[in-house]
Amino acid sequence: MSLPPPGLAGLEARWSREVSATDTAGHLRTWHVLDSHVGLADDAPEPVGTLLCVHGNPSWSYLWRRLVAAPPEGWRVVAVDHLDMGFSDRTGTVRPLAQRIDDLDTLTDALGLTGPGSSGWVVPVAHDWGGPIALGWSLRHVDRLAGVVLSNTAVHQPEEATAPTVIRAARLPGVLPTMTSRTRMFIRSALFLSRPIPPREVRDGYYAPYADTSRRHAIQDFVADIPLEDGAISAEPLDAIADGLGALADVPVLLAWGPRDPVFSDLYLRDLLGRMPHADVHRYERSSHFVPEDAPTYAADVARWVRTRSLRADAATPRREAPTSAATERPLWAGISERAADPAAADRAAVTDLGPDGVTATVTWAELDRRTAEIAAGLASIGVTPGTRVALLVPPGADLTAALYGLWRASAVAVVVDAGLGVRGMRTALRSAGPAYVLGVAKGLAAAKVMATGAEPIAVGPLSATARKALGVRWSLAELERRGAEAPAPAAPTGDAPAVVAFTSGATGPAKGVLYLHRQLQAQREALAALYAITPDDRLVAAFGPFALFGAALGIPSAVPDMDLTSPRTLTARALGDAAAAVDATLVFASPAALTNLVATASDVSAPGAAALARVRLLLSTGAPVPAELLHDARRLLPAAEAHAPYGMTEVLPVADIDLAGLDDAGLGNGVCVGRPVPGVELAIAPLDVEGVAGAPAEPEPEVTGEVCVRADHVKERYDRLWVTDDAATPGPGWHRTGDVGHVDADGRLWFEGRLLHVVVTAQGPVTPVGIERRVEGLPGVARAAAVGVGPAGTAQVVVVVETLGDGSGRGLAPATLRDAVRRVVAEGEPKAEVAAVLTIDRLPVDIRHNSKIDRVAVGRWAQRVLDGRRPGRP
Amino acid sequence: MTARVLLTGASSLLGAGVARALHGRGDEVVVLQRRPAAVAAELGLREVLGDVTDAAAVADAAAGVDAVVHVAGRVGVVGSREQFHDTNVVGTRTVLDAARVAGAGRFVFVSSPSVAHAGAALSGCDAEPADPRRAHGHYSRSKAAAELDVLAADAPGFATIAVRPHLIWGPGDTQLVGRIVDRARSGRLALVGGGRALIDTTYVDNAVDAVVAALDRADRGHGQAFVVSNGEPRPVAELVERICRAQGEAPPRRSVPRSVAWAGGAVAEAVWRVARRSDDPPMTRFLATQLATAHWFDQRRVRDVLGWEPRVSLDEGFARLAAAGSGAEIFSSEERTPGFSAGNP
Repeated sequence: MSLPPPGLAGLEARWSREVSATDTAGHLRTWHVLDSHVGLADDAPEPVGTLLCVHGNPSWSYLWRRLVAAPPEGWRVVAVDHLDMGFSDRTGTVRPLAQRIDDLDTLTDALGLTGPGSSGWVVPVAHDWGGPIALGWSLRHVDRLAGVVLSNTAVHQPEEATAPTVIRAARLPGVLPTMTSRTRMFIRSALFLSRPIPPREVRDGYYAPYADTSRRHAIQDFVADIPLEDGAISAEPLDAIADGLGALADVPVLLAWGPRDPVFSDLYLRDLLGRMPHADVHRYERSSHFVPEDAPTYAADVARWVRTRSLRADAATPRREAPTSAATERPLWAGISERAADPAAADRAAVTDLGPDGVTATVTWAELDRRTAEIAAGLASIGVTPGTRVALLVPPGADLTAALYGLWRASAVAVVVDAGLGVRGMRTALRSAGPAYVLGVAKGLAAAKVMATGAEPIAVGPLSATARKALGVRWSLAELERRGAEAPAPAAPTGDAPAVVAFTSGATGPAKGVLYLHRQLQAQREALAALYAITPDDRLVAAFGPFALFGAALGIPSAVPDMDLTSPRTLTARALGDAAAAVDATLVFASPAALTNLVATASDVSAPGAAALARVRLLLSTGAPVPAELLHDARRLLPAAEAHAPYGMTEVLPVADIDLAGLDDAGLGNGVCVGRPVPGVELAIAPLDVEGVAGAPAEPEPEVTGEVCVRADHVKERYDRLWVTDDAATPGPGWHRTGDVGHVDADGRLWFEGRLLHVVVTAQGPVTPVGIERRVEGLPGVARAAAVGVGPAGTAQVVVVVETLGDGSGRGLAPATLRDAVRRVVAEGEPKAEVAAVLTIDRLPVDIRHNSKIDRVAVGRWAQRVLDGRRPGRP
Repeated sequence: MTARVLLTGASSLLGAGVARALHGRGDEVVVLQRRPAAVAAELGLREVLGDVTDAAAVADAAAGVDAVVHVAGRVGVVGSREQFHDTNVVGTRTVLDAARVAGAGRFVFVSSPSVAHAGAALSGCDAEPADPRRAHGHYSRSKAAAELDVLAADAPGFATIAVRPHLIWGPGDTQLVGRIVDRARSGRLALVGGGRALIDTTYVDNAVDAVVAALDRADRGHGQAFVVSNGEPRPVAELVERICRAQGEAPPRRSVPRSVAWAGGAVAEAVWRVARRSDDPPMTRFLATQLATAHWFDQRRVRDVLGWEPRVSLDEGFARLAAAGSGAEIFSSEERTPGFSAGNP
């Protein structure tokens, strides 16, 4: 062996160490390893355990340098170079998988990690083809494992996945030596899979041990060893590992995955999850194959996981505990079954679909109950097992309702992806959740196919034979129902079974999957029913996406007005009136953007529609803060309705509630008043320090601004496949950090001041945006405002960007009168802030789903360009 | 305990302010500059006339002082590299040497943020090290070299510190306020690039306080450079507008693109060079870049180390500017030599 040359980026010479071990053929081999504990004093405390890092091909221990530099506190990190790889011996032999597992065994014996007299805990950390080697080794030492961390690897070729193209190409006759050993092409093409592509000095680090053909042989041998055909020498050992992973059922596993990997795609992640369903998953949305290289936080995240989840975790507090109050055992579809069993209700409409000319279809409670039962049995009959993920790309209406509750009756997990995420957001969301099936109308299935989710399509509604063939559809919902009529009913899920993966709006970064269990949705149903005194005598019109599905859960008839639910601005007064008339509505759920257009089109309402709206008892506006004036305006159309605005988010809803009188009473303050916490919700505030960092959640103190934290039975279970994100958002059992900042006032009312991400950290301390924006929006001629920061956090300057009514004044510095007016109103209220500049813009960017959440990060970047004197462009 | 302090460049706005502040608290102030300074007569200070490169004059002025505040320097864009080097580099070395010979224990050097500015937008940066190779123009390069000399001279018993006030202005200011008002009056005032760039400025009283704080806290801040400003950056257009209003002039309505201003600056510099004019050209490449690029600074370190905070806010400063009366009186009483002034162009 030799040693790495000095000066490789990020590598310290003192980590390098030679270890000699006799291999199974009796030859003494010398290995090169990086060891975080080399040179430590003899009386240094025993490490808690050892992270044994195993690289793949083409790579070497250099891949793990950041983990060696920053081990989990108290832990040791050892990163090995395989024989014939990195700076370990060149043996002149070919070493297939089984041999490499034996080799690793001889090395860990020599290191004293295994073998006679050894003790201590090990967490294998592996990447790429290091995965099978490390897992093969792990299966021999299960009693020593404190955990396993795997990145972009495989133990089996999933049927849906064609073998990685680059691998197939590399193995074409005559190509292999050229690509792998005669040239650096294989290393180079692998490195250029990285996102972002590493800088030159890091690429040089990866090339360092592979200077000439004689040192690159194993790169070729590794590729040749991949068992793509039956009878390949390593096929049987690999199968044995794949089949043996059940032995790790009690070992914590982290799958730290880079989804942009063209080699080990999400299909391989799904395969591993199928074999180790207990694994924690974190998908680094922006990372590719070399996750330890690509994800800047990889080392810190692995350390966090080892310290909180491994069998040698720090004196850990349990992250979850049993629900504080027993959730009801009424399943989510109980409302449907109970109404179907009630002769007085069974033949009445449960879901009413409307088109431009009125009612297009209805489904009765009896029909809905039968359909959901048949869909459940039909799904089970084609192999949908409990926990199987099924994406729904179906517009709201009877079919969606039947499909969703049918999925739940089959213990399947619904993946709800709404078009409000935009095409890119939908693609990201679908790929992150990794559904096995996608249930959709023709358009939805076509989209899913384009997005290459790998999910099996199930058609909803009519589909031509040609389209059916083109989309590869084997089953339709109608066929499932027919099969289900003959098939046995699947077992109902328990309260702890996962029910749904929904998605955040993505207004602050990529949309995050949010997973709920059945009992949590049940608790949400009970919380809403109690809060708004909903009884079976109520009838709902839902003009806000998620609530369109709640009617069935609550056991009340529901209708969706003729509108594009993904674009709230398309709600007209005529459509709402017609829907209200069709079901004789008592409840209307909408969002602020929908209400805005409702008010604008108030004169178009039909006479029966107006009469029906006048009988509505409750108007809910949710999804974003609602101005009191808008609710007043909306109530002219719904004069009998009490107007309420629940506050919450995808992760927990409702958190708080306020009615119109409460909004009027609250007036202007530091933020938007969102009312008092609803029964069953515990609130805490994590105060912001001068650097804008939220500390530990504490009992709310009046007027202290911090991150809003919530505990309730209807809080989400976790962020889906985002273990690190979820851990950071979970300050204690059952608690959720909302990412919103706000305060509680002396009367116990909660005020929303903005998103944590949007807090401007000035030299005087943190400044929250919403209070400033509300005051500015009260100025004549101002449509919308965003308060953002320019300059580095800690010394940032507050800038107010104003979207003006009418023609506006274009993009740039605001006229002096507007500027002075903005400074005046900001000075009058809370939060106190010095405004460095006031800019105008023709249109502030908002999110697609709510059409109201301003993308302050983009606005901030734009303001920075304007005020730097650079070409500003658009936000 | 009162101290004996040598102050160079007392006829400038900043120098005069420092003289008043030190004298006012009982320090014994000796001033050195080429021509008699109004403030010396006003306060009855010992005054030595001479150039900072004149070792004998400087040694005479420095005799027996405890501390030196070195404000004098050549500013602007007119002049050869040698002229700037002489006054700013050689002059500063001369004053440094005299201070050490005299046994002074503290040395405050008034520098400029431009010593570390290579032309890119600076948003909330702290004071970077001076860099004579990357700084733009003779003035900035010579000040950068001088600042490096001063900070390198820091030693036990001889604490040196550099203060870089950014765009000093106030009543009596000939550099910033004077030029803006001059041009507004002659109808030649235009913004560059819409005047969008966010820039820091320093009201003169705050700069004076900062220099005094540096003198008093030299033991804590020695060997370091500090950018000093009001910490209230504003777009150029707003600053110009408010200065004009405070002086009873109409704010500019015209704006020229940055590229045009830069080209115009290049032409003007060439013409001025050929014509050997000793006044400043109306536009220079340096100025075009300065007026169109953000430069505002992180003030946390300076406030923490020097224990200083600006006392006069922008609003208060503009009110004082307006109260001081129209520009005409101010300028008639102030000499406008290109050679000696404080701060930066």
